[in-house]
Amino acid sequence: MFAWRDRLTVGQKLAIWAWGFLAVPVVFYCVIRFYPTFESFAISLTDWDVLSDPNFIWFENYVRLWNDPVFWQVLGNTFMYLLLGTPISLLIAFVVAYYLDQVRFMHGFMRALYFLPFLTTAVAMAWVWRWFYQPVPIGTFNNILATLGFAQQPFLRSTTQALPAILAPAIWAGLGFQIVIFLAGLRAIPSSYYEAARIDGAGKWQILTEITIPLLRPTVVFLVVISSIGFLRIFDQVFNMTPQGDGGPLNSTKPIVLYIYETGFDAFNMGYATAQTVILFLILLIITLIQLRLLRGR
Amino acid sequence: MTADAIGTGAAGSTRVGLFRGDKPIRPGRIVAWTILMMGGIAMVMPLVFMLSTSLKFPHEIYDLNLIPNEPTLENYTYVLADGRFYRWFINSLIVAIATTASVVFFDSLVGYTLCKFRFKGRAIVFVAILSTLMIPTEMLIIPWYNMARTFGWLDTYWGIMFPGMMTGFGTFLMRQFFESVPDDFIHAARIDGLNEFQIWWQVAMPLVTPALSALAIFVFLGNWTAFIWPLIATSTADLYTVPVGLSSFADEADVAWELIMTGASLATIPTLIVFLIFQRYIIRGVVLTGLKG
Amino acid sequence: MKRYVAALLGSAVMMGMAVPAMAQDPIEIEYWQYFFQGRVDAIDALIEQFEAENPGIVVNHTHFPYADYRTRIAAAVPAGEGPDVIQMFYGWVPDYIDAGLLQPLPAEYFPLQELEDEYFDIVQAMVYDGQLYAVPTAVRSLALFWNKRMFEEAGLDPETPPATLDEMVDFAVALTERDGGGNLTAVGLTMAMTGQDHHWWREVLVRQFGGQPYSDDGRTVTYNDEAGAAALQYYIDMIQEHGVSDIGFMDEPQAAFRAGRGGMHIDGSFRLGALRDTRGLDWGVGELPANADGDRYNFSSYWVNGITTTPQGEEFDAAARFLQFITTPDAMQLWLETVGELPAREAAALTDENTAHPEYGPFVRGLEYANATQFVNESAQRQLMVDMVDRVLLQGMSVEESLAVAAEQEQALLDEFYGG
Repeated sequence: MFAWRDRLTVGQKLAIWAWGFLAVPVVFYCVIRFYPTFESFAISLTDWDVLSDPNFIWFENYVRLWNDPVFWQVLGNTFMYLLLGTPISLLIAFVVAYYLDQVRFMHGFMRALYFLPFLTTAVAMAWVWRWFYQPVPIGTFNNILATLGFAQQPFLRSTTQALPAILAPAIWAGLGFQIVIFLAGLRAIPSSYYEAARIDGAGKWQILTEITIPLLRPTVVFLVVISSIGFLRIFDQVFNMTPQGDGGPLNSTKPIVLYIYETGFDAFNMGYATAQTVILFLILLIITLIQLRLLRGR
Repeated sequence: MTADAIGTGAAGSTRVGLFRGDKPIRPGRIVAWTILMMGGIAMVMPLVFMLSTSLKFPHEIYDLNLIPNEPTLENYTYVLADGRFYRWFINSLIVAIATTASVVFFDSLVGYTLCKFRFKGRAIVFVAILSTLMIPTEMLIIPWYNMARTFGWLDTYWGIMFPGMMTGFGTFLMRQFFESVPDDFIHAARIDGLNEFQIWWQVAMPLVTPALSALAIFVFLGNWTAFIWPLIATSTADLYTVPVGLSSFADEADVAWELIMTGASLATIPTLIVFLIFQRYIIRGVVLTGLKG
Repeated sequence: MKRYVAALLGSAVMMGMAVPAMAQDPIEIEYWQYFFQGRVDAIDALIEQFEAENPGIVVNHTHFPYADYRTRIAAAVPAGEGPDVIQMFYGWVPDYIDAGLLQPLPAEYFPLQELEDEYFDIVQAMVYDGQLYAVPTAVRSLALFWNKRMFEEAGLDPETPPATLDEMVDFAVALTERDGGGNLTAVGLTMAMTGQDHHWWREVLVRQFGGQPYSDDGRTVTYNDEAGAAALQYYIDMIQEHGVSDIGFMDEPQAAFRAGRGGMHIDGSFRLGALRDTRGLDWGVGELPANADGDRYNFSSYWVNGITTTPQGEEFDAAARFLQFITTPDAMQLWLETVGELPAREAAALTDENTAHPEYGPFVRGLEYANATQFVNESAQRQLMVDMVDRVLLQGMSVEESLAVAAEQEQALLDEFYGG
């Protein structure tokens, strides 16, 4: 026994344990994640074009951003993905998970069905969806519409329909993930709570609203935050479902990450691309902190 | 995968009925079950198309028939006859398994620490780790590449894996799920003389198996399908992962969709196996009262 | 669960994590190009010959997917990990010279005067301050593909493509098929600016309607005039007036043509291989249609090879020798046969055999009246064309107005690049 160890309070001892657990991860995050992030924030103050040496230009990139109509359009699109995608996907996922949790007949098979889309690569799937949206003669959706006697829809060739048309496969691809997390969350609720409620004569609806949903809060917090980040960072579906990955027609589906990618890796305007990244970062950070605050327990 | 699966879980279940707790089969339940089943089938339709395209000859792809007029296994023979595919497969497995092991270990350790310890700087560490989710990976490619080159990690497995050895995603997930572990358990274990590491590993971890299994599946998947960084970090075909290798079926002039879909179908097999291994832990549920005596 | 975690950890430890780097040979040079099966095969064959003739030099051939080729270069070059000899799109060369990425080619291997005489005009664009920085291996041009079976069904001669732009419209009308609901089931002409049409519009249609797309130095947009409007009107009319096509029909133009649902299709010689492999498709290929006065134009583009600043001394010498080797007439003929891209040396391209070839012939003949666009950012400039058409088709903007917007935006791109 060391004397100094005995002099520590329980709280201090625990803090030492905590930092001990965190030591390796903190080093990892600092070197692999934070350092490159700060480096790219610094690049946003330059005109770096990848090939030649960067010049320091203060906030020119941010001024340009402010005056760039495409950036504002892209920002608007990104928020559309978020505002439609997060509530719709979470609602569907919760309803499916809630009932799936109770299904006994073929439960495993059904769960696998819902999860399977998540197991495949986004690229291959985006293309299948892209084919689905084609006009007749090949497009599945339009063939169904035509068979039922409805007019063809332009889907991806429309400035208004294209964004929801691209959002659908994005929701579809993430649904399995959300359902599994909800299922895990539902199962993490100790069964004794349900038994107690049932003994007290609580109805199904009462159990749902007074036990299940409140106890699911950590799961919901996680899913709201992660899904919001996911939709704000949407890229794969748009890149693969629009011709040449252009986020068209007329930029109507282009999200901010695609714009960053184009600016950085097509035009090689790294300075401008990192300035956009900084803005995206700040938006994500603010939204996440607001969500965490709003959804805090008690 | 059959109709078993449930029963170990929460509410006491009887052995009849489509839903847990139903004794007689009620009509409303049949409708609900049918809707759920149809939804599930609709979910996999795009995958069925993927599979069906992989069984088609090139000229038939754009017919978008569900059932190929002339089904063929030619695409599979072509992809598999290319000896490199096996190599890519092994590479992907190595990368995905090693990364998954690291992530599951570290993320749950960090998530636990951030959830169950009270110490100065906790909130900052949490938000900082969470903030790593807010930078598009593409923007970190160049710094990572420089780092990998400086340390001689290019064209190595470690070079492919290092950026993903810990994730903000998993840390956040585990932190949320450790919230469901009652603090009483931890206090009790402390009184029993377990040290903090033992408490985490022996007491807390078994209580979050569903989340750990989900995390394992997600991380495996994420690494299995990762494209841009493995592409940048490797330049010899010997170290390509499956998605990087598959991308060579698309070139400037043309995309061999039948081959891409074949490769994608084949690449789904391991992820499906991982899912099938871990999914029973996800739904096994945790009966807290039964664990701690 | 613990069992699994332990097993996973164990396997991670056994992996050993790192694979040691390969040992270096005395003279080893690194060649980079993007992945295209024919190109990879051709270069592999050339490397084999080169190494046999030059013992002591080893050429490492590395290729990346086309879509990520530039990204890969962007990551590697600042880190100094780049190749010694690199294949580039000709449009990137000014950028790369500016950035000090390329070094001049040694005159003893590449005498400038001789090259200017022997190659198509493009060599001029590779000269900077009197020094040559890159040599093309192959040239591309456009031609008109047509579906013989559809021609026959439409009552057209399956062996004769349209000779003029007006005839092209008539043919397209005859070839178009619609179902009972009025939906297109086969288009007369496949159309999409995302494909090769933006080249066709810029360098062919604009000129055929009497205009010029850019000033001679390539720094000023000059298509925003009557000729440009007439050219755009012709393109839009195909869809709106004659209803012979739609953007996005069958997703991509070449998909529609390969599926036998496109009567005519404009594309490059690199498509030949894919079309040959398409079962049940009977197609022909001919020169692009002329205008009413019989004027013909074409678009040509080039992939060039240069030496980066990485190799010095004997490595530089080896790189130059390799570059010289892959640009001989023999190598270009091999390139034509395996890749389907035309030789960049006039003498090698315009052989009687090549000009009369049923498949390469139209492309080779097209080279004689072709112009190359001096792109500053090809994908951004293509996007402007895509948007120009979409504004008219989807937003009902007038042709003149949309053309003016495109011209203004493209000028801004050019100014940004040249204005510095």
